[in-house]
Amino acid sequence: MQKEEAEKKLQETMEKFMKLVSIRLPDDVLEKLKECRDKESSDMQKVIYDSYFENLDVAIKEQRPCCQDTGLLHFYLKAGSEFPYLGVVEEALRKATRNATRDIPLRQNTVNFFEERNTKDNTGERIPWIHWDIVPDDDHLEVCTYYAGGGCCLPGCAKVFTPFDGYGAIVKYVFDAVAGLGVNACPPLIVGVGLGTNVENAAVLSKIAYLRPLGTHHPNPKGAKMERDLCDGLNRLGIGAQGLPGKVAAMEVHIESSARHTATIAVGVNVACYAHRRGFITFDRDLKATIRGYRGAEL
Amino acid sequence: MKKELMTPLTAKDIEALRIGDIVYLSGTLVTGRDDVLRRVLHEHMECPVDFSKAAIFHGGPIIRTNVDGTFECVAIGPTSSIRMENDQADFIKVTGLKIIIGKGGMGEKTAAGCKKYKCIHCVYPGGCAVKAADMVERVEGVEWPELGMPEALWIFRVRQFGPLIVSIDTQGNNLFTENLARYQSQKEKCEAPIIASVKEYQKI
Repeated sequence: MQKEEAEKKLQETMEKFMKLVSIRLPDDVLEKLKECRDKESSDMQKVIYDSYFENLDVAIKEQRPCCQDTGLLHFYLKAGSEFPYLGVVEEALRKATRNATRDIPLRQNTVNFFEERNTKDNTGERIPWIHWDIVPDDDHLEVCTYYAGGGCCLPGCAKVFTPFDGYGAIVKYVFDAVAGLGVNACPPLIVGVGLGTNVENAAVLSKIAYLRPLGTHHPNPKGAKMERDLCDGLNRLGIGAQGLPGKVAAMEVHIESSARHTATIAVGVNVACYAHRRGFITFDRDLKATIRGYRGAEL
Repeated sequence: MKKELMTPLTAKDIEALRIGDIVYLSGTLVTGRDDVLRRVLHEHMECPVDFSKAAIFHGGPIIRTNVDGTFECVAIGPTSSIRMENDQADFIKVTGLKIIIGKGGMGEKTAAGCKKYKCIHCVYPGGCAVKAADMVERVEGVEWPELGMPEALWIFRVRQFGPLIVSIDTQGNNLFTENLARYQSQKEKCEAPIIASVKEYQKI
């Protein structure tokens, strides 16, 4: 396949996939949201969850984005070193973003610093945000697409603690983020926690954490236990859907970690709203696409 | 039966409402958020919408412009109202606003403004944007379009728009401040067993 043809094919497939992701929640999130609903008992929580599910149904029926804040586009890539079209990926994603904004349509959310005018097509300086991981000796491209709305970006934070502060500081930092601005970020949330050595590596890991499929755990048993304990603890605060009184503040807590400098404990926290518009699509070397997590869906 | 409010609203229409009540709104709903408040209060521009006769909606829609130049509301939902906390009370004072619709809570400054000038803040469930768009009868126009799609003043005619949960009432009661205090008071108790369980994590 010529480069131009490959770019076009990648772009067109991504546009279709972005439409699906904007309209429909992935199966793991929808299942989890139903579990959360079943744990709530108050009338007010019932009214809110009824609105959630009615809206998600009608979004599919009318083929419109389920939430008006379609955010800024984030693409987290796992690119095989042998994938033949690495060079056209970024341009294809930019063009797909532009076209999807016009055709789905998405909300025009993107503003460049210092210019301060809406770009009207959701592209801008370094946006869509593209994060690359290279997978050696592999010829696939996996794209994780995420619509990052403003409300759930606001509580995001990262800080570097000392070894004296210890793991307890991580716990407190997560609780502060969720019980503070997290209340306004459309709970029940998926809470991403990044543990690392400095501020940006913890922040990036917190993002990768909440993009992970639900039901997955940190590879270290202590890390996995901490995920469960944090989730159970947050769900004892009394916060429910929309930050109003209830039982489920967090669907899950995910931790991702890197090694750290012996002198630092860096923590990043990123929260994702219940309308978790995150989807995985994989292209093979002939650009044949496979989507996962959307039962029965075709592009 | 659904409790319904109809714009234009007077103080009398809303003074019996209390935090936690659920209402539905019919009439004129206009979007206005960060940039609109800044223009009116800090750049002293004349507001092209009479907010004494309309509800303000903290949120930005997705709008499709049809070939004949008319607008269609594809999706509309609330944004975090707390971002408007610094200016909202003054905005109520200047405009005579009676009802604010948004997401999440607002603070003490807005609650004081609601009490003094008789206004309420309500929460529409976040993210429920197609359901909300279906309650928009028509898009009547747009002002300040140069602010961009999310920030412009979009004027909607809505019918039984809701559910709207009253979160600040005309007595200045504030559902979210009360809740936040309760959550904060639980925090230490909820953190403690986890902090205890990770205490040994640095030991080798």
